[in-house]
Amino acid sequence: MHSSGFNVLWLQGGSCGGCTMAALEHGAGGWFAALETFGINLLWHPSVSEATAGDAIAVFDDIAGGRLPLHALVLEGSVLRGPNGTGRFNMVAGTGRSLFDWIKLLAPRADYVVAVGSCAAFGGVPAASTNPTDASGLQYLDTELGGALGAGFRSRRGLPVVNVAGCAPHPGWIMETLAALALGDLAASDLDMYGRPKFYADHLAHHGCARNEFYEFKASAEALSERGCLMEHLGCKATQAVGDCNQRAWNGGGSCTHGGFACIACTSPGFESGRNYLETAKLAGIPVGLPLDMPKAWFVALAALSKSATPRRVRANATADHIVAPPAGGGGRRKP
Amino acid sequence: MRRITVGPFNRVEGDLEVKLDIDDGAVVSAQVTAPLYRGFEQILEGRPALDALTLAPRICGICSVSQSMAAAAALRAVEGLAPAENGTLAANTAHAAENAADHLTHFYIFFMPDFARDLYRERSWYGLIAERFTAMHGACVAEVLPARARLLEIMGILAGKWPHSLAFQPGGTTRAIDLGERMRLLAIIADFRSFLERVVFDDTLEAVLALDSAEALDRWRDGRGGDFARFLTLADDLALDSIGRGSAPLMSYGAYHGNAAPLFAAGVLDVTTMMRETLDIGTIVEDVSHAWMQSGPGAPALSETRPDPEKPDGYSWSKAPRLAGRPVEVGALARQVIDGHPLIVDLLRRTGANVKTRVIARLIETARLADAMETWVKAFRLREPFCHRPARRAEGAGVGLVEAARGSLGHWIELSGDRIRRYQIIAPTTWNFSPRDASGVPGPLEQALVGTSVGAEGAASVAVQHVVRSFDPCMVCTAH
Ligand code: SF4
Ligand code: SF4
Repeated sequence: MHSSGFNVLWLQGGSCGGCTMAALEHGAGGWFAALETFGINLLWHPSVSEATAGDAIAVFDDIAGGRLPLHALVLEGSVLRGPNGTGRFNMVAGTGRSLFDWIKLLAPRADYVVAVGSCAAFGGVPAASTNPTDASGLQYLDTELGGALGAGFRSRRGLPVVNVAGCAPHPGWIMETLAALALGDLAASDLDMYGRPKFYADHLAHHGCARNEFYEFKASAEALSERGCLMEHLGCKATQAVGDCNQRAWNGGGSCTHGGFACIACTSPGFESGRNYLETAKLAGIPVGLPLDMPKAWFVALAALSKSATPRRVRANATADHIVAPPAGGGGRRKP
Repeated sequence: MRRITVGPFNRVEGDLEVKLDIDDGAVVSAQVTAPLYRGFEQILEGRPALDALTLAPRICGICSVSQSMAAAAALRAVEGLAPAENGTLAANTAHAAENAADHLTHFYIFFMPDFARDLYRERSWYGLIAERFTAMHGACVAEVLPARARLLEIMGILAGKWPHSLAFQPGGTTRAIDLGERMRLLAIIADFRSFLERVVFDDTLEAVLALDSAEALDRWRDGRGGDFARFLTLADDLALDSIGRGSAPLMSYGAYHGNAAPLFAAGVLDVTTMMRETLDIGTIVEDVSHAWMQSGPGAPALSETRPDPEKPDGYSWSKAPRLAGRPVEVGALARQVIDGHPLIVDLLRRTGANVKTRVIARLIETARLADAMETWVKAFRLREPFCHRPARRAEGAGVGLVEAARGSLGHWIELSGDRIRRYQIIAPTTWNFSPRDASGVPGPLEQALVGTSVGAEGAASVAVQHVVRSFDPCMVCTAH
């Protein structure tokens, strides 16, 4: 089983296990079937493999000793470098070594290194506030290049760490990244400035949001569970956060904004440093975070204009939790 | 006497190391280590109060709804707020879906693959079990993973996404459900019920829930297909009721609270006398004598978390919670026996807490949850609100107590100027996998491992693996 196919070793650092839980949601036939479709072997995965204790350590040793080819090293969770650079906040059980050590040992053996989730990519929630464990991503801490492996790190095939950012990432982002790597189909040019696969990072989470009509008219929800746009008052960062969240279903049809709460930009480095996630920070009544590529003055002018033109239906629904004003005339009835 | 270390301990949630002292092929003493510390309680200190709703769920990706519910309940306790009734029903539904998904994941992905291991090759049932439960490749995964994903579509509708949703708020849930969505939810729950009836039980849920004694269960099992019956057969063959025995009291905070009594009652039960006592959470203390933590007041409403990696007696990042001075076992077994489920009460009376009864309780609970979810979704009043607008109160303290799949979860919060001054978490596995306390009393797993026969296999002993996994541990929650 180890000799053919695309070998993946999946490790967990300072993680919550949520990326694995998301991966297990993937595909109509289940994640394992999807892995098989692309010839991906999980050499070992802490949550799903049979091999335990010494058998698992033998896999690590074989990779480290060059006896077992490693095509992708996947890390879920941040690398905890503390206390004092020892990595002791995260020892790999049964090995007497820290995960930080193991990562430094195994990463140079891998064709590709993949960070699954915002923790492994940028540090994530363990790196929030005072960062008590000196948590870091594999190649970034927040927006700063470096991290556990260093700014100059390139895997054997010459790629920087591939960052499947998201907290948790969509199951599809994880699977499609692994599949593309297994098929040799993912090049450096397929990654954005933070190493995120462009197939999802070239979109904004705002694209396709069911609240887009409210956005156009700046018809805003004022309290949670109302139907209007969440940007003006309730903290939505989806016009600044990458992700195709509203174009593909989460859990069969949801998304953050569909669920009635703001996008908190979980795909962005530093999302964990936010404050008051479900409130919009404002200066002189204008949201501080505005759409990335729009001049502020334009945004303000357009907002004022579109507010003055808001249809009554849209305004009424924006602050209701159920549709109170349906489209007029039953919608689309043809004239005889 | 020799000492062995078991790890990495896979197919549990998170990182776990177990040290065993072995004499004559059996465990004489065990030491359980949580080798990962991320510092959530420290991270939350000083933050705006409501940020707990974003950060606390991220303690755990397998029970993020439970963490959300505990955080929301703690904040709600500070506000003195009543949530919208629909919000309570929606949150209970989502929580039950997560817990049921956890029970499935545990049984199929974490627990059963051990019986497909080579060393059981001589057993009469081996062929069938290996074909069905081998890790990653067994036939069951092609049925279970799609069923699990379908069940979690409840999250897409009620909570936007899973794991890590912000839908669970002190005032209720953030998405009001319409009639079409109620029908979609009922369809998902019906699919889940059908999966349980076809694949897990090979019988109607009504028939399963009517089982009320050990004899009834034995009669029901004979000749039945379905994975529950398969488990019962091998459990008898391997005498799984004789390993992993616990003698600690069982505890439940009560599960699925609403305006009326919780679906599953709260309480403490002494397994030796089978007497139920009322629960006094004021007697909960966390002992840190063997944790890599600085000592301080042990009551969660007063204590702080400060790591001390050099502490000489420390062997785990987990603190040791005690209820009135005693370790307690938590989980589905505790919930179902404290709620008085006749089958579980009878099994416990006969053989106590052990590997077999823990697993049975989990599957019976799953069947009960399928029923409950349907009732809650039908009870939504679709024209009424799902979320009340909370009146923020910036000072005060509150406790949020819920039951996660693995047992009792509590968040203790104290606010000052609408900032978090103190945040303390005691998770289910913190109870079950606690280290020793100051008087040297071992935690529930440490006790349950004593006497386990490891034979010639030592560290690879499959019996040890069964015992540990029977608790369905979640290590990322444990030391958080
Ligand atoms: S709620 Fe957020 S994602 Fe949706 S339209 Fe408004 S800004 Fe865009
Ligand atoms: S909508 Fe925003 S917060 Fe939600 S998953 Fe997408 S990027 Fe993350």
